[in-house]
Amino acid sequence: MHTVDLSLTKEITKVEGAATLDVKIKAGKVEYCRFGITEYKRFYTQAMRGKLYRGLPALLARICGTCSNAHLLCSIEACEHALGIQPTEQSMIMKHLTMYGLNIRDHALHLYLFALPDMYGKDSFLSFNENDPEQHQILHDAFDIKAAGNYLSIIIAGRSVHAVNPSIGGFLKVPTVDEVKEAIHKLEHIRPAVLRTVERFEKCQYKFDRKTHFMALVNNPFSFLDGEIASDLTDERIQEKDFRNHLEHKVIPYSQASGYEFKGETYMVGALARLNLAKESLHPKTKADLKSTLAKFPSTNIFDNNLAQAIEILHSVDQSIDYLTNTKFQKEALVQPTKKSGIGIGVVEAPRGTLYHKVDIGEDGLVKEGEIVVPTGQNQINIEQDMAKHLQEILPTDPDQETIQLELEKIIRAYDPCMSCASHFLKIKIQKA
Amino acid sequence: MPQKKLRIGWFTFSCCEDSTIIFTELLNDHWQEWKKLLDIRHARVLQSKNVLDKLDVAFIEGALNSQKQVDMVKEIRSKSKKVVAIGACACTGMPSAQRNTFKPKEAKEIEPLLEKFEFLPKGQKLADVIKVDMNVPGCPMDEKVFLKALDALLKEFKII
Repeated sequence: MHTVDLSLTKEITKVEGAATLDVKIKAGKVEYCRFGITEYKRFYTQAMRGKLYRGLPALLARICGTCSNAHLLCSIEACEHALGIQPTEQSMIMKHLTMYGLNIRDHALHLYLFALPDMYGKDSFLSFNENDPEQHQILHDAFDIKAAGNYLSIIIAGRSVHAVNPSIGGFLKVPTVDEVKEAIHKLEHIRPAVLRTVERFEKCQYKFDRKTHFMALVNNPFSFLDGEIASDLTDERIQEKDFRNHLEHKVIPYSQASGYEFKGETYMVGALARLNLAKESLHPKTKADLKSTLAKFPSTNIFDNNLAQAIEILHSVDQSIDYLTNTKFQKEALVQPTKKSGIGIGVVEAPRGTLYHKVDIGEDGLVKEGEIVVPTGQNQINIEQDMAKHLQEILPTDPDQETIQLELEKIIRAYDPCMSCASHFLKIKIQKA
Repeated sequence: MPQKKLRIGWFTFSCCEDSTIIFTELLNDHWQEWKKLLDIRHARVLQSKNVLDKLDVAFIEGALNSQKQVDMVKEIRSKSKKVVAIGACACTGMPSAQRNTFKPKEAKEIEPLLEKFEFLPKGQKLADVIKVDMNVPGCPMDEKVFLKALDALLKEFKII
């Protein structure tokens, strides 16, 4: 078999981390389309063994920079469940606020710095023109929204990356009255910018429709922290502790990450899945302002994942303002364990989807073992299938390499994969024969 | 005369990219100023059109796990007047190089993966492989130390 290597080997950019994209086209047909995460493993599953459980959440936060606070809270929840710790009401509110701060800044990073340049034919968000009134507004909206999310994370969790306040049994610090006031002010100030963000992504004409399945942790009010797991593949609600039993692990030979299926089917997790399964539980103000936008969901257009993220920013802003306004934050002692050992499961909705941590803590306070399932691993099989289908659809137009790469990157960016979580280096290699 | 800019690259190897995230958060307050002062030649997180040509400063995040990564940082070093190690993994190797200290059971367990994906025998910090001019430690990098380092570099290269 003669194959011509077109030697298109480029890094995929504007994503979190990197992986390999390997495409082979033969006689006008896509032979394969592989999305292999080749980021070098850092072996956290092995590294956690033998560590004192107290230090575990901070260690596992280092799996990923951008989703760090999701890993931190997920690991804290797993440890709390293992040791019979019931967090206080204030701790739960602060955990919610930590997740909202994370989602505001992380979604805004993805939407503006990664996804929006494609829509405006720009290479970099920083190349938007400050002297053009529309682009001027876009630049300021992006950085204002990110800054407000960042500020919320800092006053509640201590830092927006690898936070230092959340701990097993509670928070080590609470925000001051002035900090709370300032956060409310910043969130109210960015609300119009968030509404403009929703409008921008609602206007986006990108379309890639495919029947797929969705899964997410759902609750009322809409939460990134607790609830039950729902999917369009089943009428039953799955409890957090049973989640892993429902997933089938798929080894992907060319990838350093793992893929998953549910009931023998591939599925999608993330903002689109959450909106498709739980839009009714969004904040009343969010629902009131986005009535016609929300009518688009459930949606099977993968690019609506961007729109769903924009909607989630608005919900996060509205819900955070409520919590901040109605809570008098008081310093509390950490809730102590009611048992010395046990197995615990934590499940949270990270910005990119359902995140699972399991921990087994021994009598000596050392971690025996654990397991972590990340969102990008669950989306990986879907990403590949969608790329292959999209490529097949555009092949009749005889696209050049640059177009192929851009089209595939757009799909990948819509999924907002996180390779640090799953694993770095997205290179594209296309062969035509 | 047009404003002279500092030619920089931002590179990431084995790590969690926490310092890259901090860099994008610093943009919230500094983007207007940095647009005028920095010529970002290479930064995968920000742009697709990246070139590795002559750089004034290369900021490198992450530990090194493969010969390819080592070759790449050597190339970056040869093209850059200054190299700054960013964050704990680049400065100390840890936690990305935590496999270096695994006990025999864990070491044996990861062996097939190390072989399959052609890992180096040990994860390495940046200074193990190339000359490093400055360190910005922290996990993630300390923002204040980074801003101080950048300010010193802007002055050294007579940009400000």
